Amino acid sequence: MAAPMLRGVSPVRRWSLAWVDGGSRHRRTSPNGSTSNRIREQSSVAQQPLHTAQKPRKGGHKWAAVVGLEIHAQISSNSKLFSGSQVSFTAPPNSLVSFFDASLPGTLPVLNRRCVEAAVMTGLALNCRINKKSLFDRKHYFYADLPAGYQITQQRLPIAANGSLSYGVFVGNRWSHMATKTVRIKQIQLEQDSGKSLHDDLRSQTLIDLNRAGVGLLEVVMEPDLSCGEEAAAVVKELQLILQALGTSQANMAEGQLRVDANISVHHPGEPLGIRTEVKNLNSIRFLARAIDHEIQRQINELESGGEILNETRSFDPKLGCTVPMRDKEGKQDYRFMPEPNLPPLVLYDTASLPAGADSQQVINIDQIRDALPELPSATRKRLVQQYGMLPEHSFALLNEAGLLQFFQNVMKETRAEPKKVTSWVLNTLLGYLKHHNLAVSESPITPSALAGLLDLLDSKAISSSAAKQVFEELWKGEAKTAAQIVSEKQLELMQDQEALERLCQSMMEGHPQVVMDMKKGNPRAINKLIGLVRKATLNRADPAVIKDTLERLSS
Amino acid sequence: MAARAVWLAFRGGLGRRQAFSTKANVQVKARVAERTSPVTHALRFIPQGSGRITVEVIEHLERLALVDFGSREAVARLEKAVAFADRLREVDTDGVEPMESVLEDRCLYLRSDNVAEGNCAEELLQNSHRVMEEYFVAPPGNISLPKLVNKNPSYTAKW
Repeated sequence: MAAPMLRGVSPVRRWSLAWVDGGSRHRRTSPNGSTSNRIREQSSVAQQPLHTAQKPRKGGHKWAAVVGLEIHAQISSNSKLFSGSQVSFTAPPNSLVSFFDASLPGTLPVLNRRCVEAAVMTGLALNCRINKKSLFDRKHYFYADLPAGYQITQQRLPIAANGSLSYGVFVGNRWSHMATKTVRIKQIQLEQDSGKSLHDDLRSQTLIDLNRAGVGLLEVVMEPDLSCGEEAAAVVKELQLILQALGTSQANMAEGQLRVDANISVHHPGEPLGIRTEVKNLNSIRFLARAIDHEIQRQINELESGGEILNETRSFDPKLGCTVPMRDKEGKQDYRFMPEPNLPPLVLYDTASLPAGADSQQVINIDQIRDALPELPSATRKRLVQQYGMLPEHSFALLNEAGLLQFFQNVMKETRAEPKKVTSWVLNTLLGYLKHHNLAVSESPITPSALAGLLDLLDSKAISSSAAKQVFEELWKGEAKTAAQIVSEKQLELMQDQEALERLCQSMMEGHPQVVMDMKKGNPRAINKLIGLVRKATLNRADPAVIKDTLERLSS
Repeated sequence: MAARAVWLAFRGGLGRRQAFSTKANVQVKARVAERTSPVTHALRFIPQGSGRITVEVIEHLERLALVDFGSREAVARLEKAVAFADRLREVDTDGVEPMESVLEDRCLYLRSDNVAEGNCAEELLQNSHRVMEEYFVAPPGNISLPKLVNKNPSYTAKW
């Protein structure tokens, strides 16, 4: 997180800097705090033996982990939640700050319609009940990057509640079987982001940039339905894809647009839930999974060695690969929630309740937003499986990489090759090269048309698959040559002259009588050796299947 | 300072009456545990007789507000203010739905998502006691707040 966040800082600084992410430090009432909730949760956790972190205890009991997530997603909007200042990740410090954002006396919040619509869209996409009336509250903190001394949030009555999110996880052997699971969404609330604090330890001071102060956030609070890091990672990835499909958040974790806090506890199934810890500063999906699994194991180790778990906030140190206690302010926190006096209740309408003659700019119609929802990732994957006969895990892989699905579809438009072949080339070859060179799909030196041309040559058997790999490598150099040009320049086309191939096979058999003898005795490796020799002699330009046919015919 | 502390006591104290009783030492601990459970109402009026304000509560408020009560008089003033506010409890509100705001029957105005403000860093920074380039400079208050036990303030001596 540190590197991208320092972008706005001038390069001539002489003192050491460390960003502390104000947003993720926000503490909330926990999703799994209420006793009734937690007790109710036991049964469903106990029913998931496959996905519980288990380790035999002295008494032979197993441990089950209970994980709940709270996710802050920055709303993708032009202006902030309650003010008309710009939302942008990179800008000079304090340049995107209005008088309201700096909480100058006499300024008042004015709600951004776009942020409300984004919350409704996200709520609908997550199968939530949209509350026709929701309320704003003040939650108090004393931090320099929150100049009002409070954050406007929705504590009592949020805009959306009681939803669910389905996600896919691999069961057992990776890539072998996908299982669909569901996590319940407790609520989605609109709230303000804080500014950023830049700690200058050397001079014992804090530098404040309020550019982020007041940016709209969606806080998605989930029920503690998860049991390991992998599930949490799959949930966050799915939420990220949904937010991006909706356009309600760019959901880029590295830029802090998606911030995850995890509540973690362990217990023996059938017994009350354990004391939980909260792990913060999870700023990549990979770290998220590792941090959660580490914290589960730490709690189990702690309990098994007779220790106790403290209700504390911990942060994940990616370098050490473990969680460490944060400077804990738990005992000093009192949010003193109160109704926000400057904002009347937020009222939403559906087609049935829409008042006649209402100003369309001043009313939000939930039904209208529902009708305009784009295709969600789960539907896209279903479509891919149906349309192309694709394996579900391939549909996941295509969606998980930004731009890869679009690339695949563009190749499909231009090629005669089978969808299966295209999927394999896109997911194995292209994605492999991109990952190896650390490139995004948008930075691929190979265009969809170039790959389509290559796959056409392969499909029409003009080149062998090993020649196709060579052509791919040439295309990767990005010299604006088509696959056909490379094939003719490098003379990679398959030998179409059947007679010449026959002659070559004949002479190869005459040159290796012992191998031919073995072959006739039925040694399967013998014919492979001959095929290899012939291919070498043709500079890989002959189709192995055709060579095999020819050899078999000649030797019979 | 003192006025702000009184205001804080109104906000914090009214919501958490039990902390102001004389047996607060035990109860402050109870509050810490309680804080982890969700608070469903913003303000909870728990009727209870007023009493002395313990040093623990004062310390808690000071830490929350980053203010120093400074003297025995300030604490006495706080106690008087709490006692004054206690009169609110004489009003019978049983069965009365709390009012959200005096504006609760008004429409919440919705603004179009246009950029219309900002670019006034220079003006804003004039409000700041200290600036560094285009940043506000704040003390590292949330990090190395001096331990109250080490301060040994006079007003806590007899408490």
